[in-house]
Amino acid sequence: MSEKRGWLSRLREGLQRTSQRISDGITAIFTKRKLDEAALAELEELLIAADLGVKTAAVLTQTLAKTRFNQEVAVEEVKAALAEDIAAILAPVAEPLILDPARKPHVALVVGVNGSGKTTTIGKLAKMFKDDGKKVVLAAGDTFRAAGVSQLQIWGERIGCPVVARETGADAAGLAFDALEQARNERADLLVIDTAGRLQNRADLMAEVQKIIRVLKKLDPDAPHSCLLVLDATTGQNAHAQVEVFRAMTQVTGLLVTKLDGTAKGGVLVALAERFGLPVHAIGVGEGADDLRPFEALPFAQSLVGLEP
Amino acid sequence: MFEGLTGKLGDVFDRLRKRGTLSEADVGAAMREIRIALLEADVALPVVKDFIDQVREKAVGEAVIRSVTPGQMVVKIVNDHLVATLGAETPPLNLAAPAPLPILMVGLQGSGKTTTSAKIGLRLQSRERKKVLMASLDVRRPAAQEQLAVLGRQTGVATLPIVAGQGPVDIARRAIDTARLEGYDIVILDTAGRLHIDDELMDEVARVRDVVKPVETLLVADAMTGQDAVNVAKSFHERVGATGIVLTRVDGDARGGAALSMRAVTGVPIKLLGVGEKVDALEVFQADRIASRILGMGDVVGLVEKAQEVVDQKEAEKIAAKLEKGSFDFDDLLSQLRQMRKMGGLSGLMGMLPGVQKIKSQMANARIDDGIIARQEAIILSMTPKERRNPDIIKASRKQRIAVGSGTTVQDVNKLLKQHQEMARVMKQMKKLGNKGLMRHGLQSLFTRN
Repeated sequence: MSEKRGWLSRLREGLQRTSQRISDGITAIFTKRKLDEAALAELEELLIAADLGVKTAAVLTQTLAKTRFNQEVAVEEVKAALAEDIAAILAPVAEPLILDPARKPHVALVVGVNGSGKTTTIGKLAKMFKDDGKKVVLAAGDTFRAAGVSQLQIWGERIGCPVVARETGADAAGLAFDALEQARNERADLLVIDTAGRLQNRADLMAEVQKIIRVLKKLDPDAPHSCLLVLDATTGQNAHAQVEVFRAMTQVTGLLVTKLDGTAKGGVLVALAERFGLPVHAIGVGEGADDLRPFEALPFAQSLVGLEP
Repeated sequence: MFEGLTGKLGDVFDRLRKRGTLSEADVGAAMREIRIALLEADVALPVVKDFIDQVREKAVGEAVIRSVTPGQMVVKIVNDHLVATLGAETPPLNLAAPAPLPILMVGLQGSGKTTTSAKIGLRLQSRERKKVLMASLDVRRPAAQEQLAVLGRQTGVATLPIVAGQGPVDIARRAIDTARLEGYDIVILDTAGRLHIDDELMDEVARVRDVVKPVETLLVADAMTGQDAVNVAKSFHERVGATGIVLTRVDGDARGGAALSMRAVTGVPIKLLGVGEKVDALEVFQADRIASRILGMGDVVGLVEKAQEVVDQKEAEKIAAKLEKGSFDFDDLLSQLRQMRKMGGLSGLMGMLPGVQKIKSQMANARIDDGIIARQEAIILSMTPKERRNPDIIKASRKQRIAVGSGTTVQDVNKLLKQHQEMARVMKQMKKLGNKGLMRHGLQSLFTRN
């Protein structure tokens, strides 16, 4: 139980700074004020400053205006309404990553742009499933970046998972094939395949991931069963382009959102949920092995606007 | 919705251009669009507000209303102001200090510090003829020190031997001592990624700074950063005192509003741009280039520079000579295609051209992709030398052979033949325009004609 309170409070802590800013702003706007045009405009700007994007911010404030325009509104009431609206958008995408028990292994391919936090997230993800009693195998598919392989190997040692690796510069697709064979032989529950970071506008690099997928399908026509896109929460509106292209090229099945322990966070997720509806499986709130949390819509939305979940 | 600031402003100014005069209402409409476009480009809100206020003030002035082409006038005002905000002049890295000169790299996790360290190390060693030592103070991320060591081997830049268990401040001291003893000119200190709100780690990097007293403290930031860029830049600047900003992943399709935000809130100049994964993909920041790209004029200067770097001079001269004679055969087309690939393929080229966004969507519709270049290359490679020199002899049976040889269809071969004819025609036109004229007007007119 103390463990559980531990992570909840850590999540809240992680989101606190964002919440603080939005919530301070909201308080400032609505103390002794009517919800008029100017107040709405300021509210809209606060949402924009949290990376919600121009369009989503406009929609949210208009919704608020429809029911409460020109009323004397209490701060708490505005927060609650805003949290509810945001939670309504986020609720459908809050889905944990569930392994298909029929698959030995369930293959999860992890993709994303450079520096988004793929390898660290894989370490945390593996820890989470291992703690749940699952047998996890990792594949060090970042054969491009200097020491990308070693980074995952160290994670493997830390959490006690076998890591299938080849030297830097090796063919990632071939490695993925070997890893799937090995994970199969070991009757693993989950195989997580790391990939090199790649910018979504690099067609050649996107083709490389497609090759990994094609090769995996030779062993298992349904693989990968999950294709997880790792998104850095610090990213602004380019997150849209990332999701759009990776989804089209690699059939992304879900998102993992990292670095939510900084400042302005979460905003772009709301817009992404609205536009793509891709499940958000988990969020990263720190560098430790336990800093991966399930994504929950209401607490997230409440934390975002500064309400206690 | 996501055609970028370039496209957005392009639309607005298209509308302005179509009208003869510019009213206050027009400017108001333009400013609303610019505001949205800047926000969608991730420029931070306070920076956007200031920017709009200043531009509006200038734009509604008499000079605009009386000018012959009001749209162009607004473009100029917005452009000038963008350049001014981004910093009209880029100060180079400060190397005027006694050796060993310490450079401290700081930034968030995943911003690209280690790669950038190696790029700067290589640049200073090869271009400035400095003896550079790199040291990783990142004792947190697994294999981070090893990463820098590997990059050091790749670039031929020396790295400090790794001593397990040593803390960042001690490593920094050891790096400076080693550099002093072994006669290094510059020491690049790569630090662990840290959150700007992590007091403990910010204190740590401040201690490193106090020990080594860096001449340059470079804040490395991702060009994709959103509204948070202002907080990050402000905090790092306040706690550690940045002397320059390096913007990474500029080769992505992010609109890079973070550049404007960080520069505006800190006043710290953006000095360098990371433009690729390769160790030499580092460029000097140029405000006018970025600004004109933002405004839809395309990064033509950048294109020219890149073309000069990549294009094999001899090859180019050979083609030029052929152009003189008015002949442009498939060997020439082949070397063109190959150079195009070197420049980052069609998409890489397009990103730098004016009016790109429209073409990009057209390309998407027409299903043109970089694969085409590869296929066309294959078709040409399946031709005999004789056929390449005299395309006229390629008739039905030769076409069939070429199609089979290249794994394509006769239609593809026909298409390429037609394209070659078209290109030969265009090449003649280009010759008439001359080089300067081509870069100013030619490319745009070539691409927007259809």
